[in-house]
Amino acid sequence: MKLTLWTYEGPPHVGAMRIATAMEKVHYVLHAPQGDTYADLLFTMIERMKKRPPVTYTTFQARDLGSDTAELFKDAARTAYARFQPDLLMVGASCTAELIQDDPGGLAAALDLPVPILPLELPAYQKKENWGAAETFYQMVRLLGQDFVLPPGQQRPARAADAKPSCNILGPTALGFRHRDDVEEISRLLRELGIEVNVVAPLGANPADIARLHEADFNVNLYPETANTAATWMTRSFGQPSTKAIPIGFKGTQAFITEVCQLAGIECDVQKFSQSSKARWYALSVDSTYLTNKRVFIFGDATHAIAAAKVAAHEMGFKVVGLGTYSRELAREVREAAAELGLEAMITDDYLEVEAKITELQPELILGTQMERHIAKRLQIPCAVISSPVHVQDFPARYSPQMGFEGACVLFDSWVHPLMMGLEEHLIGMFRGDFEFHEGAMPSHLGHSSAPMKSEAEQITAPNLNLGNQTLAWETDAEKELNKIPFFVRGKARRNTEKYAVEQGLLSITLETLYDAKAHFKS
Amino acid sequence: MNSVSQEVVLDSQPINFQPLKERGQREVFCGLTGIIWLHRKIQDAFFLVVGSRTCAHLIQSAAGVMIFAEPRFATAIIDDRDLAGLADANDELDKVVKQLLDRRPDIKLLFLVGSCPSEVIKLDLSRAAQRLGKTFAPKVRILNYSGSGIETTFTQGEDACLAALVQDLPKSTESNQGDEVDLLVVGCLADVVEDQFSRIFKDLGLKSFAFFPPRESTQKIVVGPKTKYLLAQPFLTDTARFLENLGAQRIAAPFPLGVEGTEKWFLAAAQELGVPADTFEKVIAPQRDRANKSLEPHREILQGKSIFFFPDSQLEIPLARYLNRELGMNLMEVGVPYLHRQHMAEELAMLDPKTQLAEGQNVENQLDRCREQQPDMVVCGLGLANPLEAEGFTTKWSIELVFTPIQGFNQAADLAELFARPLTRKNKLMMVEAA
Repeated sequence: MKLTLWTYEGPPHVGAMRIATAMEKVHYVLHAPQGDTYADLLFTMIERMKKRPPVTYTTFQARDLGSDTAELFKDAARTAYARFQPDLLMVGASCTAELIQDDPGGLAAALDLPVPILPLELPAYQKKENWGAAETFYQMVRLLGQDFVLPPGQQRPARAADAKPSCNILGPTALGFRHRDDVEEISRLLRELGIEVNVVAPLGANPADIARLHEADFNVNLYPETANTAATWMTRSFGQPSTKAIPIGFKGTQAFITEVCQLAGIECDVQKFSQSSKARWYALSVDSTYLTNKRVFIFGDATHAIAAAKVAAHEMGFKVVGLGTYSRELAREVREAAAELGLEAMITDDYLEVEAKITELQPELILGTQMERHIAKRLQIPCAVISSPVHVQDFPARYSPQMGFEGACVLFDSWVHPLMMGLEEHLIGMFRGDFEFHEGAMPSHLGHSSAPMKSEAEQITAPNLNLGNQTLAWETDAEKELNKIPFFVRGKARRNTEKYAVEQGLLSITLETLYDAKAHFKS
Repeated sequence: MNSVSQEVVLDSQPINFQPLKERGQREVFCGLTGIIWLHRKIQDAFFLVVGSRTCAHLIQSAAGVMIFAEPRFATAIIDDRDLAGLADANDELDKVVKQLLDRRPDIKLLFLVGSCPSEVIKLDLSRAAQRLGKTFAPKVRILNYSGSGIETTFTQGEDACLAALVQDLPKSTESNQGDEVDLLVVGCLADVVEDQFSRIFKDLGLKSFAFFPPRESTQKIVVGPKTKYLLAQPFLTDTARFLENLGAQRIAAPFPLGVEGTEKWFLAAAQELGVPADTFEKVIAPQRDRANKSLEPHREILQGKSIFFFPDSQLEIPLARYLNRELGMNLMEVGVPYLHRQHMAEELAMLDPKTQLAEGQNVENQLDRCREQQPDMVVCGLGLANPLEAEGFTTKWSIELVFTPIQGFNQAADLAELFARPLTRKNKLMMVEAA
């Protein structure tokens, strides 16, 4: 048993949902109690998806436990198939259903549905969301690709001389950190290089697409957290090599181009491809000198954390003072990346530990997840989000990839934005203790988020107002009541009440005045 | 509506509503979700869910991820060592509780909250609470309740929590009989609403009343045969039962939503506690008139519009009654997780008899009916809202109705505005610009 305040990852069946929701023509029947449907809102609210996830929950209750939960599951699966007519039915259990051991896979097989059934065994008391996504994707690739496995000892036939090189892009899911935009960016890059994209999966793929993954020459393993297991199996079974480079940052993208060209067996002038990068020039421009050796703390999933550390150190000129991940499956890779920077990696899913580390290190910038953004807010340290777990603001309306050359520009902008601009920082140094320019102040381009509580408090406890010839006094209980109003509308409530009191020719504001005014302005 | 001598509720023949009863997928939270507001209400309490990673993920997702820097809730996540018997779950729990209380010495009350997995593996949290209670007494009181989805739906979590608190109230004895409250208002209300209600009760001349749960867990409330209780929320079945075990009697009333609901709620209490009719009228009339006036602009927007409720918080019936009678909306289907006919009697008596009630849920079938009926507004949970908007419906998230102060006279217009806003917004965004 482990005490947990916040969790970086959900349970493994949420990982399976991320696969199902990313795809077309699949449906997931989940044996689960009431309440587990909360997971739908991750997709419909955080990602603002227009469709509900393709998931049917059996919603068993305590009274069902004594009778027949297996029958309930079979009914749900049968009805879901009839209604949604998927080409593949995923079945599995959430944490509670795992305990009652109804064997959804066996039950679904017994229904004799005319589509492949993918039974998922995702141990909820050992594993987590990313593992669940990776396992689901792997099981699906295996199930639908088993007929195309090369016999032992047989080599993959060489590509026809007149055929263009092709690859699959593996790993993007629903609820992924900028996955949609990354896929667009990387697909375009591959096309420009003369490499065809055979299938992108799971995002946007259907079961028939999964069945033709074997046709590509190689795989782009874009998100190892989700795609490693499947990519490894495909290397073994289809003879498809897989990329290692992650195209994050200017240099990361260059390394990725070099690697895919080599796997595709084509020539490419990397320099020519990358010379127009604005991110590179911005980092070299004099205005960026103030970024030199800014102390930065990095935490996220392994892929994004490692890439961010490289970009921070070698492209932005920051000093990385801490690097960590919650992805235990990829701990080794993060340890190596940290060692290269002379650091010891932090491998933990304990939010409190991360918070303690940040407090101790006092970095000037945090690159993290929504969790670290929160820590940063509390410690008043600038922060940019680089990885899941995500929140609604991590799905911006604009095109905003993290990968490729455009992604490098996005990283430059979003990491520099929270920081104080160079000259502004100097001015604060010059006029220390100034009432507007002080260490506690936020960068001026971030507007009024600077020390709002203080000015709010001053405003609220402001004593009797002088309005023209008339002195208006707030009675204590009215004042107290006003303070119960949320701070973001309190100012307006105060102004309206005073305006109303003046109009009514009142000398003091009582509780009743406050509510009279409220009613007055509402009507 | 300008006199206390208006028709007494339940005067007419009660209408026998025949709800559509459905089973299937429920798009409703479990009782754990109540922790999100309960921990804000009882400010020295901590809620420790004994459950799985799913439980932890649910609470943080439902709470909009990380609103509070160091929340007063957490999850003791059961792992395979606990299940395989490699670790004794009770020893593990004791360790977690000690770790937690060491970290938070400010906590006076700890709830061990049961979940689906803890119920299924039959981890006895009431024994754990007793055991740990002895260890940490008198500094920390330790209680338990279940918020599991196999037993509770959304707001029933509050019921279970308050029921646990009621069972821990001091027994009314000869020595403290004099401290018994005359009136206990039961159910979490926003502080600002509580304060308004408190002033009205005082103006009505009541001297002995209390709100439950109290803001500080150390506040002593004595309930006994002299106590009448008034439900402020429509989902408190178990809490009510335990209060009656202590001898308290329920004041039958509709719920304080809307001007009419609020007035009848106060009226029921006033009549029960012998407030003179003229005092009642003197205190309530200005409140009622002001509130009625503030509804007018919203009525213009909502009048004649049809509304369809998916089940969520149990507030559906009182809300439907209010929207229909005070704002002129037409009721289509009104879904509730479950129907408590006794606590709902006064509400049902005022509900438009043509209303189709639905109890339980089969979300796919209900969506089919919704699409067929094409309401002007759909009240639903967060999982359904955006998909329905994308289909062209105008929706109101039901969770906002649980997280916003909506009860009482001064909030009647705020409540109307919550429903008017989506329509106003849709109008603004869909308006074609004049050439």
